[in-house]
Amino acid sequence: MSEPKPYLLEMRDICKSFFGVQVLHNMHFDLRAGEVHVLVGENGAGKSTLMKILSAAYQADSGHIFIDGQAVQFHHPAQARAAGISTIYQHFSQATHLSIAENLFLGNLPRNPLGMIDYRRLYQLARAALEAVGATVDPRLPVRRLGIGDRQLVEIAAALTRNARIIIMDEPTAALTDREVDRLFALVHQLKAQGVGIIYISHRLEELHHIADRVTVLRDGRSIGTQTIAEVEIDNLVRMMIGRDLQAFDAGAPEPDAFEVLRIEGFTRAGKYEDINFTLRRGEIVALTGLMGAGRTEVAEGIFGVTPPDSGAIYVRGQRVQINQPGDALRHDIGFLTEDRAATGLGMALNIRENMTLPYWAQGRDYIYGLLLNHRRERQLTDDYARSLNVRARNLSTAVKYLSGGNQQKVVLAKWLLARSSILIADEPTLGIDIGAKEEVHRLLIDFARQQGGAVLLISSDLPEALKLSDRILVMAHGRLVGELSRAEATEKRIMAFAFQVE
Amino acid sequence: MQQSDARPSRFAALTGPLSTLLSNQAVSLFFILLLLWLVLGAMSPVFFTVNNILQITLQGAVVALVAAGMTFVILSGGIDLSVGSIFAFSAMVTGIAMQSEFGLFGSIAAGLLAGTAVGFLNGFGVARLGLPAFIVTLGMMSIARGGALLLNNGTPIFGLVDGFNIIGQGRIADVIPVPTIIVLVVYLICWFVLRYTPFGRFTYAIGSNPEAARLAGVRVSLQVIGIYMLSGLLTAVAAMVEASRLNSTQPAGGDGLELNAIGAVVIGGTSLFGGEGSIFASLIGALIIATIRNGLTILGISAFWQNVATGAIIILAVYLDRLRRNRQGS
Repeated sequence: MSEPKPYLLEMRDICKSFFGVQVLHNMHFDLRAGEVHVLVGENGAGKSTLMKILSAAYQADSGHIFIDGQAVQFHHPAQARAAGISTIYQHFSQATHLSIAENLFLGNLPRNPLGMIDYRRLYQLARAALEAVGATVDPRLPVRRLGIGDRQLVEIAAALTRNARIIIMDEPTAALTDREVDRLFALVHQLKAQGVGIIYISHRLEELHHIADRVTVLRDGRSIGTQTIAEVEIDNLVRMMIGRDLQAFDAGAPEPDAFEVLRIEGFTRAGKYEDINFTLRRGEIVALTGLMGAGRTEVAEGIFGVTPPDSGAIYVRGQRVQINQPGDALRHDIGFLTEDRAATGLGMALNIRENMTLPYWAQGRDYIYGLLLNHRRERQLTDDYARSLNVRARNLSTAVKYLSGGNQQKVVLAKWLLARSSILIADEPTLGIDIGAKEEVHRLLIDFARQQGGAVLLISSDLPEALKLSDRILVMAHGRLVGELSRAEATEKRIMAFAFQVE
Repeated sequence: MQQSDARPSRFAALTGPLSTLLSNQAVSLFFILLLLWLVLGAMSPVFFTVNNILQITLQGAVVALVAAGMTFVILSGGIDLSVGSIFAFSAMVTGIAMQSEFGLFGSIAAGLLAGTAVGFLNGFGVARLGLPAFIVTLGMMSIARGGALLLNNGTPIFGLVDGFNIIGQGRIADVIPVPTIIVLVVYLICWFVLRYTPFGRFTYAIGSNPEAARLAGVRVSLQVIGIYMLSGLLTAVAAMVEASRLNSTQPAGGDGLELNAIGAVVIGGTSLFGGEGSIFASLIGALIIATIRNGLTILGISAFWQNVATGAIIILAVYLDRLRRNRQGS
């Protein structure tokens, strides 16, 4: 080990843009054989994009990749796999109804002289492959019968049967039990000893000292720095991850003694969230933050009646209410701007007017003779809201699928405003929209709370956004509310400390 | 996500209103229908007569009526394979009712109610049991057919009540067939419902995105049940027309009707994924199917070829519609 060997992997000057937005800026990354190199960063920092370029799921706009010092160019994921790069995704890509053995050797099944599958040999090979990763499962079982931990081992075994030398693990411990985590770490150490290089994406900073050799922090598509594990201090790492200074932004404040419009008590849903309590006052914006998977969206779905909680109570303006389905929530003037516009927010084939007025008509307002849609009223309302929200489209009969993400989001916002919601749950309202539209959405939310007497429960993974808009910040981790910070107390560092459960 | 805010058609700048008109599915389809008539008219002098065109509307009436209900179902993202069996079942109920002295209107009401009731069961299976529409209506296809056969032990009922024959055989002012009038009235009502009532709006909304509709407070289950009931009702109306024309009710009637009705709807350009489509385009789709059958008959081509031609037209029409949409999208 005296002579400096070339890196197993080197990525240099990698740039990537999507739709004109640059998401990776001259990114450098390297990996030695027998090393675990951890990538950390906030959602959207560019970790996944970088790894997808390595596995050739995406093509870089520019930059170079070297393996063992040799320049390589992949145009297809199969080429990256053939070069020894395998990815263990958070969501496994297995044919769950086939057996473990078939999954391990899919595409390379041993054949007998007649060209049919040689099952005896397949099971032999599979047994050996499973043994190599310490899995004690019967290779004839269908994959769907396995737990998450075992399925992950099968994925790693499959990578090894393809002679993988670089294994990318995307948040491998996110869904594992403690025992499974220990087993995984033991396997990782064993793979290191065999000279495999491992790129490990993690949100759990407390894991790093157990597993990492080096850590690289990404932020906004840039590499902020690489440290050896000996140099790493968690506090410092968090600072590197969140980095930027906040822009001054005067969101104003709610009236100090405004009345309470929403109270959540003892909200519990098995396996999702437990004993959630909080309140929301008129004019207030309260952020609900935490890492992905902490249970924020599930709480919102509980309040709105999408999936009601197992137990707990909701009070709207002091009255205990029963919300079993979205229609009930609407009747109590609650609106829900969902995280995924395409999946749950908009009818893509419908036009702007039809989308904007859907909750309005669903509440049975303003029908002519109590029966018919009032098209004139629809035109008035949608014209007004399109103007005040600055929706840019050729005309309002344009199907929303032709709008940009930011304009689509304004249509979603308009539909709740138009339905006269006074309590708005906004789940990642600026996800995937450009900077300009993001500022507009912020302005609209603040205006809604301060000028129109609404109240906003803001779910956001974007901490600068949460800090900029909210009067209070609630932090969730592992299905529980673990912290509450006032605007004065809140800093990104303190929020992250709660979210990562360091404090 | 940088996208242009709106995508004007490439031809919009050139031709303005004409382009808008042509991009309307029903209008462009109507030109295809006219073209078909001109071609067939050139091939046979018998074809292009007022009488024959009315004949086509008469022959197309049954498919058109069923296609009207089917349009709602497909717009909502569903499918109804049971219409052929509902057709036979409701006709047989009317036949039995006539034999049981229900009287003219009572018997018609009984048949319409029967079709609506079967539609309710379809809707219940889809909306409340959460089963795929394909499965529920495939099962119902068999159940309702069995019901139709059971009602009179598998034999047709002849000799219906006096006055019933007007529905299928009558002509207004001795010229316009009553079924043609029924079709026009039904389509006008359906158009009105789709455009001016919450029921119509929610049909589109559910087809476009059922989850978004639910989150907007639309009572999706009730709506879906209503849509399948409407399909059952309009199928029963078609059954009355047919029974009146044949002056009998047939337990084996309506065989393959679902394919012609679905064919008419997709020729009309309604998306099988739901949320997009126009009711009048379905009417023209039904007329195109009827025109082809009529034209081939006049030209003396075997009835077997008519099946081949109908199928080919369905595929061709959907392919052309795909091209049209791609052009608009880019």
